[in-house]
Amino acid sequence: MVSRQAGKKALFLLMPFILVFFLFQVLPLIWVFVDSFKSNLGEEWGIGNYEYIFESRYFRQALFNSLKISLYSSIVGMLLALPCAWSLHRLSGRLKELTLTFANMIANFSGVPLAFAFVILLGANGCLIVLLDQLGIQLGFNLYSALGLILIYSYFQIPLAILLMLPAMEGLRDEWQEAACLLGAGKIRYWISIGLPVLMPGILGTFIILFANAMGTMATAFALTGGNYNLLTIRISNLISGDIFLDPWLASALSMVLVFILMLVTLANEWLIKPGRLRAKAK
Amino acid sequence: MQRPNSLGHLSVIIIFMMVMILPLLGTLLYSISTSWSSGLLPDGITLKWYTSLFADHRFLQAMMNSVLVCLGALLLTLVLVVPTAFIVFYYFPFLKPFMNFIILLPFAVPPVVSSVGLLQIYSNDVVTLTGTPWILLGAYFTVALPFSYRAIANNMANLNLQDMLDAAHLLGASTFRAFFTIVLPNLKTGLMVSLFLSFSLLIGEFVFANILVGTRFETVQVYLFNMKTRSGHFSSAVVVSYFLIIVLMTILAGQWGKKQ
Repeated sequence: MVSRQAGKKALFLLMPFILVFFLFQVLPLIWVFVDSFKSNLGEEWGIGNYEYIFESRYFRQALFNSLKISLYSSIVGMLLALPCAWSLHRLSGRLKELTLTFANMIANFSGVPLAFAFVILLGANGCLIVLLDQLGIQLGFNLYSALGLILIYSYFQIPLAILLMLPAMEGLRDEWQEAACLLGAGKIRYWISIGLPVLMPGILGTFIILFANAMGTMATAFALTGGNYNLLTIRISNLISGDIFLDPWLASALSMVLVFILMLVTLANEWLIKPGRLRAKAK
Repeated sequence: MQRPNSLGHLSVIIIFMMVMILPLLGTLLYSISTSWSSGLLPDGITLKWYTSLFADHRFLQAMMNSVLVCLGALLLTLVLVVPTAFIVFYYFPFLKPFMNFIILLPFAVPPVVSSVGLLQIYSNDVVTLTGTPWILLGAYFTVALPFSYRAIANNMANLNLQDMLDAAHLLGASTFRAFFTIVLPNLKTGLMVSLFLSFSLLIGEFVFANILVGTRFETVQVYLFNMKTRSGHFSSAVVVSYFLIIVLMTILAGQWGKKQ
């Protein structure tokens, strides 16, 4: 048994972790929270910053763009990842291993390098664009637009969604499909009545992670558009390290708006992945 | 097990791989081409972008900086997280749900938000950490924390710590000694896998590095960003070199994982 004294010593040994976690994770958040209530360039206390954000067309657009790109890229990523994850689940052996390793690498291929790779492929003079142009196909595609961002975001969402969905797929037992087939259900019927309902908590949980991931990310869009595209994260960054106009207090208020959305989403996810929650509710 | 339509599944996977590899393939071809103005293939093949890249002192320095700061942050994470996970699992199991909750905080607070606070807290007359690699160690600890804690906790959950420690105590070993001679060796595989994967994660980090430190201690991501005005072939060579590190780390993680 653990003696009381040993317990005290152990508690003491937790201190370094608590200290570093506090200094680099908790304290910055508290600081941002407090600073967000200093409006007028930090001159007066109040909710002035928040009023300003929600009255300003510019910041409302940033919030709207962030939500839009996160939502669309999560939907596209999810829809494309589902069949891939299912096929991967049904495969076995070396090919499965290879695909998993590949998905793992691609999941880490994001941010600045990914933006560069897409510029080379689909930028104004990108290889694919030039190639299609010579074949007489004009896409009229602009990589630096919302559509371009949704495309790039979807690219890093797909491998992430596959890796997150695979464990959920394991919960789908082969016997169920055989049983459904014996009872005369076709493939579509099987997916509607059995497959999708069983996968639903996993799909929702993964979708939420994708959405939060897209909301909080900044490097890809920043590298691609040089901070010109109006996103929440880019506005925050420009307010603390841009070269035109600095207002860390306003950046703090914008940050709290983002954190509020992400907290909501993270908590929803925790609630969803608790096993049995959805099934219990369905009963 | 009979897989009736495995041809269908096979084609889905092959199409997935072919589409996902396009940006990488394009970048690789671009990095070894003399110029690529028209046509399906580049005009000529050359390695000159790589020779000029590896002759660039600034690039080598950035690579070195990245590796150093990632290793430092991983060491810090290891030293802080392994004993913490052990203490939580062995002494205070009731804290487990609390730990699971607090390691979610980095997900709810993205790097750009933490940077707002960190810039205010650590760049004044009393403490000046911004502009130095030291602040990245702390910031990267928070980035790696959720993944490394999860990996270590999952491993510990499989260990049956109580019996292991009781046996060690019976044989006269202190808890301290048992931790180093029994618990740690049992965690080795899981630790190595999570280390390699966290390394790939950290070496790809841009936001903290750019906002908190910038060019004063340039990491490879910040270097790539600052090179955006140079030729696309040159930056392609940077992207390919960087991706090779990820490939290496993923393979190493896979090799260690297999040993289990």
